[in-house]
Amino acid sequence: MALLEVRGLEVRFPMRQGELTALRDVSFSLDKGERLGIVGESGAGKSVAAFAILNLISRPGYISNGEIIFEGSDLAKMNARQLRSIRGNRINMIFQDPMMTLNPVLTIGTQMIECLRTHMNMSAGQAREKAIDKLRQVQIPSPEERIDQYPHELSGGMRQRVVIAIALLTDPSVIIADEPTTALDVTIQAEIMELLLALCENSDVALMLITHDLGVVSQVTQRTVVMYAGRVVEEGPTRQIIENARHPYTHGLIAALPERTNPGMRLNQIPGVMPSLAAIPPGCSFHPRCEHAMDVCRSELPDYVMDGGFRVACHWVAHREQQP
Amino acid sequence: MSGIAQQGSQPAGDLVKIRGLSKWFPLTKGFLEQLHFEGGKLVRKRESVKAINGVDLDVKRGEALCVVGESGCGKSTVARVVMGLLEPTAGSIEYDGQRIDDLSAERLMPYRRRMQMIFQNPYASLNPRLTVKQALEEPMRFHNPGIGNGELKDKVQDVMDSVGVDPSWRERFPHEFSGGQRQRVSIARALMVDPEFIVADEPISALDVSIQAQVLNLMMDAMEQRNLTYMFITHDLSVVEHFGTRVAVMYLGSLCELAPTRTLFETPRHPYTKALISAIPKLNRDRPAHIKLIGEVPTPIDLPSGCFFHNRCVYANDRCRVEKPELHSVDGGCRVACHGVQEGRVD
Amino acid sequence: MTRYWHLFKDSALLYSFGRDKVAMASFSVLLLLVLLSFSSPLIAPFDPYDPAGIDIMDSDIPPSWQEEGDPRFTLGTDAQGRDMLSTMLYGTRISITIGFFAVLLQSVLGILLGLAAGYYGGRIDAFLMRLADIQLSFSTLMVAIVVLAVFQASFGTELYNDLAIFMLILVIGIAEWPQYARTVRASVLAEKKKEYVDAVRVIGLGSRRIMLRHILPNTLSPILVISTVQVANAIMSEAALSFLGLGMPVNKPSLGSLINSGFEYILSGSWWITAFPAAILIILVLVINLLGDWLRDVLNPKLYKD
Repeated sequence: MALLEVRGLEVRFPMRQGELTALRDVSFSLDKGERLGIVGESGAGKSVAAFAILNLISRPGYISNGEIIFEGSDLAKMNARQLRSIRGNRINMIFQDPMMTLNPVLTIGTQMIECLRTHMNMSAGQAREKAIDKLRQVQIPSPEERIDQYPHELSGGMRQRVVIAIALLTDPSVIIADEPTTALDVTIQAEIMELLLALCENSDVALMLITHDLGVVSQVTQRTVVMYAGRVVEEGPTRQIIENARHPYTHGLIAALPERTNPGMRLNQIPGVMPSLAAIPPGCSFHPRCEHAMDVCRSELPDYVMDGGFRVACHWVAHREQQP
Repeated sequence: MSGIAQQGSQPAGDLVKIRGLSKWFPLTKGFLEQLHFEGGKLVRKRESVKAINGVDLDVKRGEALCVVGESGCGKSTVARVVMGLLEPTAGSIEYDGQRIDDLSAERLMPYRRRMQMIFQNPYASLNPRLTVKQALEEPMRFHNPGIGNGELKDKVQDVMDSVGVDPSWRERFPHEFSGGQRQRVSIARALMVDPEFIVADEPISALDVSIQAQVLNLMMDAMEQRNLTYMFITHDLSVVEHFGTRVAVMYLGSLCELAPTRTLFETPRHPYTKALISAIPKLNRDRPAHIKLIGEVPTPIDLPSGCFFHNRCVYANDRCRVEKPELHSVDGGCRVACHGVQEGRVD
Repeated sequence: MTRYWHLFKDSALLYSFGRDKVAMASFSVLLLLVLLSFSSPLIAPFDPYDPAGIDIMDSDIPPSWQEEGDPRFTLGTDAQGRDMLSTMLYGTRISITIGFFAVLLQSVLGILLGLAAGYYGGRIDAFLMRLADIQLSFSTLMVAIVVLAVFQASFGTELYNDLAIFMLILVIGIAEWPQYARTVRASVLAEKKKEYVDAVRVIGLGSRRIMLRHILPNTLSPILVISTVQVANAIMSEAALSFLGLGMPVNKPSLGSLINSGFEYILSGSWWITAFPAAILIILVLVINLLGDWLRDVLNPKLYKD
């Protein structure tokens, strides 16, 4: 059985113009120790999905449908107290901006020890030992000194390491990383990604990596979920998605990368833009940009078809499957 | 669909010449805070952020020169100094043979319409209170005071068409557009005065992947159709590999390496360039396989002695710690600022 | 123009207004007060500026619902026999006029100086802001009292009475410019860093044009917010000065001078001469402040974007 299973998740935001559906029928699962990538452009709903899992959707948004089964119980139905025992303990989150996690007026040690004592019932001495140990694990040089520093005394890359160390403190079974390296430079991004990958492999933590960067996904994850306009359009093993994407959107996204074209030539662009949630076209939401769009795409929301290890929501793919 | 990297039919020659350029930003502190006791004496110490430290760089007519580096390396400052948005602390900038960094606003005017800029943030680079039409007409009216309304309207229509924004949207305000469309409008504004040189400061880094491709294509088309010269500032090396004719790699406000794009990506010389290129996340790699750098980027307030990169470089020796390397030519049209490369210590 | 109308119709401002009962109520009351007072020559039963229409025999009549009341004077009369209702309508008009024009003067001064300070920075900024600090360290009332008293003493009460309204506008207007200058400077500093300003500098536009055409329109939201509060403040300042006898003369009373003139009789039982104008003053200032609060909530980008 999967460690975390999201089934038919729907999130809505009441707005002036009426309710916006930010997530529609989102399902995916995460096994123990598995690394799952969630890819999409801004506004595709990938961050909303992450926040929804921890029941952290900011008001007035709410989960209107679906289940989030974690270790056998439904997070969507839990009360605040039950959620607290999971959030920050069994499931941890890493944000794009380390300062969303770190309090600027407390030393990193204070924050780590506080976190440990809240969740693990430890003495201050033990907690400090463990905090130093975790800092060492994320390869922070001389952790005994660093632990008494304030976040502003550290560089951006170091801060993100500290955030990872905090996320690992309670030995969680899932880490959700929302664009963890987007704000960092390439060389530091590579280091952080390598670190995250090694930590997940060594301690058997499941990783949900939310990013727009297909390069990062291909290096770190085993399976990938591609989202478009609040819906999962394709899911499959990462390597196969990169090499042989089924959905025209995924295909276009990968083909648009500069490294997929000879230097100096025009890039393969997808025309148009992703629709805003307020104006999602009927039928398949990708059809106005799709070169394979058929009549049925304009009127009917495509169901998921299984194709090898893939799950694809596309009439065109389904249609091709039926052809002998 | 001819390529940019292969484009060689343009008359060669330097359009922009940057010589010994430095830009230091004084850290604004009150007079009392500048005073320090040193050896029993009261001394006044002024600190500055040394954003650019002696950069020599030429932009050749018809090329797309990419300036790359990580945040804080001074690449955007170079762009702003070249455009006259900042005054250089030292050094000179020549445009088409004429020194422009010391010209008065009035005498600079003829150059203003020959060089334009595209900015990073499509949400901040358009005035939210002006319609697209107003934003596009402004530069044209300003540089051609006598222009007729009909001619102006045609020009706006032409340029909007050429950047792929529906001209019937000319009465709309920026907030009605998506990020990609705003960046097209930004490009349109730059193209209104028919410039020959465009400085693009991270023009696609705030955009989504599928939109990045659209905007890059647009910039490449414009280059071909209008014989533009680009100075393209970016941190994204995969874009550089695709777009650039030549690449200048910057670190802490000075140049490490200057080379034709293909040469740079095939045989990077400078240890920093090597690390940078190895860190690009590639689709065909299963795991991160990058060259690790030691240490951290020093602060641009207290620059290291010798080679700025020495504290992060595995090849660094005593000479690197003392003597600052100059750019020197190596085969393949590259110029590298590294003692190790010069001495053959770095392969 | 229709395009701007559509923008306004679909704007968040109007939407929030439609959902905020306090804002709607305040706006209705304010509109009512403004309309009534500015049409006072048409609707007022008497003309309080016409000495021929005033009969001293009608003085100190209580409101009509009281025993000694006179049905001609709904809200009673003051010590000079003027109809309270008419006098208050005219008085409200004066108060609102002074408030509006004083703020207009403040804003013109403050916006220009604030723009210059924020845009040019350096010494100009330091000089103007220290000037503002000095100005702020004198209270508005103190400056006004000194200036008005000196004027009255040197040019005589008669000339003063003729020019009172202009003097009040001038004094209140000049005394409060730093409020605007500081607000404008702060938003200019924020706007100046944005890339669209660099973009027009690249075009080559001069600083005056950049300031007025590009930066100023983007600082309008905070200006609008403090303008409402400042109108209320200016009305209060005028009332306070009039109450102290340095404002509007008795023959052209504003709300403040009405309160003052009634104050002498309050102990002899003529409460209405003070109470009615005071109530109007309080309501006027309150609704303007409530509108200001609402505007600030709607226009504050930090509160607004969440």
